[in-house]
Amino acid sequence: MTKTGEDKDVTIHIDEALCKRCGFCIEYCNKKVYEADKDGMPLVKNPEECTNCRLCELRCPDFAIRVEVVNNE
Amino acid sequence: MAVKLSYREYFKEEALPLMWCAGCGNGILLRAITDALADLEIPPHQVVVSTGIGCWGKADDYMKTHGFHGSHGRALAFGTGIKLGNPDLHVLALMGDGDALAIGGNHFIHAARRNIDITAIISNNFTYGMTGGQYSPTTPLSYKTTTSPVGVAEPAFDVCGLAEECGANYVARSTVYHVTQLKRFIAAAIQKKGFTVVEAINTCPTHFGRRNIPGDSVEMMEYVKNLSVPKSRYEKMDEEEKAKHLVTGELVNKDRPDFLSVYREINSVESESGRGEGK
Ligand SMILES: Cc1ncc(C[n+]2csc(CCOP(=O)(O)OP(=O)(O)O)c2C)c(N)n1
Ligand code: SF4
Ligand code: SF4
Ligand code: SF4
Ligand SMILES: [Mg+2]
Repeated sequence: MTKTGEDKDVTIHIDEALCKRCGFCIEYCNKKVYEADKDGMPLVKNPEECTNCRLCELRCPDFAIRVEVVNNE
Repeated sequence: MAVKLSYREYFKEEALPLMWCAGCGNGILLRAITDALADLEIPPHQVVVSTGIGCWGKADDYMKTHGFHGSHGRALAFGTGIKLGNPDLHVLALMGDGDALAIGGNHFIHAARRNIDITAIISNNFTYGMTGGQYSPTTPLSYKTTTSPVGVAEPAFDVCGLAEECGANYVARSTVYHVTQLKRFIAAAIQKKGFTVVEAINTCPTHFGRRNIPGDSVEMMEYVKNLSVPKSRYEKMDEEEKAKHLVTGELVNKDRPDFLSVYREINSVESESGRGEGK
């Protein structure tokens, strides 16, 4: 299953089948976009705070995150 | 407008999930390499990754470039043959710290001395990950591994220092935490002619982390992050502090003629025919 958190500018997809719950995305997002559920799976809690820096995507060791810019034009 | 290439042109998405442990930084390094190749717009069929054996040595399984999965320690030996056979190819040798510096140490020294046009991308996780966490030539002094249960009694190699001394044209160190810097160094190394080295300080929560760093994958990543300091800060440290850190940044960037250029000059067509006529 893919979980998405959406805001007017970005959509964050997390592929739950690929995520190994290392916690890097939760720990290192400066904007605290993610929170862990009880199993350590990241939840996209505050997508409106996301600045689209994409560091979470680049630091995810398992290619489980995709930060997508939604083109409104 | 030109469409920017994606890392997906180089990354074998259909091979997911990756075989590596939770919190292993190999996937981060793989992303940095495939992103760098995309930025440079090098067609995948012009790239060969040569790997040895180890956890990082499995990286070629996930790449759409050409791959040569050789034997432990020999990625540079195979890479040298590939480069000489077809100098138009970009050859990347992906090696672990054990692969590059223990069993493959001599290949490393001589590839640098020869200045063969290969980019070595070394995952330094301070241990033999694949075989269960034995100490390697980069395990820091006194750190615990399965073969040094009370602490290793040997000092570690400075991988970048070794590469510099042996003559590499480009030497840089970054980490799997500093992802944008890591990608930038890899791209610079690929573009540079001659022997180039990027050392990526990496996480191995399963073996190195478990015995030395209390806590989880995030603590292992914190260790990697805090161990590494930029040149400007490192130079201000005293010797004791320096011994506890690793300097990051572009440490060597020069233009010594690479092996093939020198070889072709010495064995030029003119000198061949000249020799013939003289007799
Ligand atoms: C000739 C030979 N000797 C020993 C081995 C066993 N072996 C496999 S991987 C490895 C070390 C791996 O460590 P490293 O290169 O640091 O890679 P990592 O797994 O940490 O990524 C060893 C000793 C082998 N496969 N072949
Ligand atoms: S960084 Fe990737 S693998 Fe790690 S918890 Fe986040 S989504 Fe999962
Ligand atoms: S893109 Fe940046 S701000 Fe947005 S969730 Fe990822 S790390 Fe946080
Ligand atoms: S053993 Fe270490 S290096 Fe190997 S996959 Fe696991 S974390 Fe990565
Ligand atoms: Mg290793």
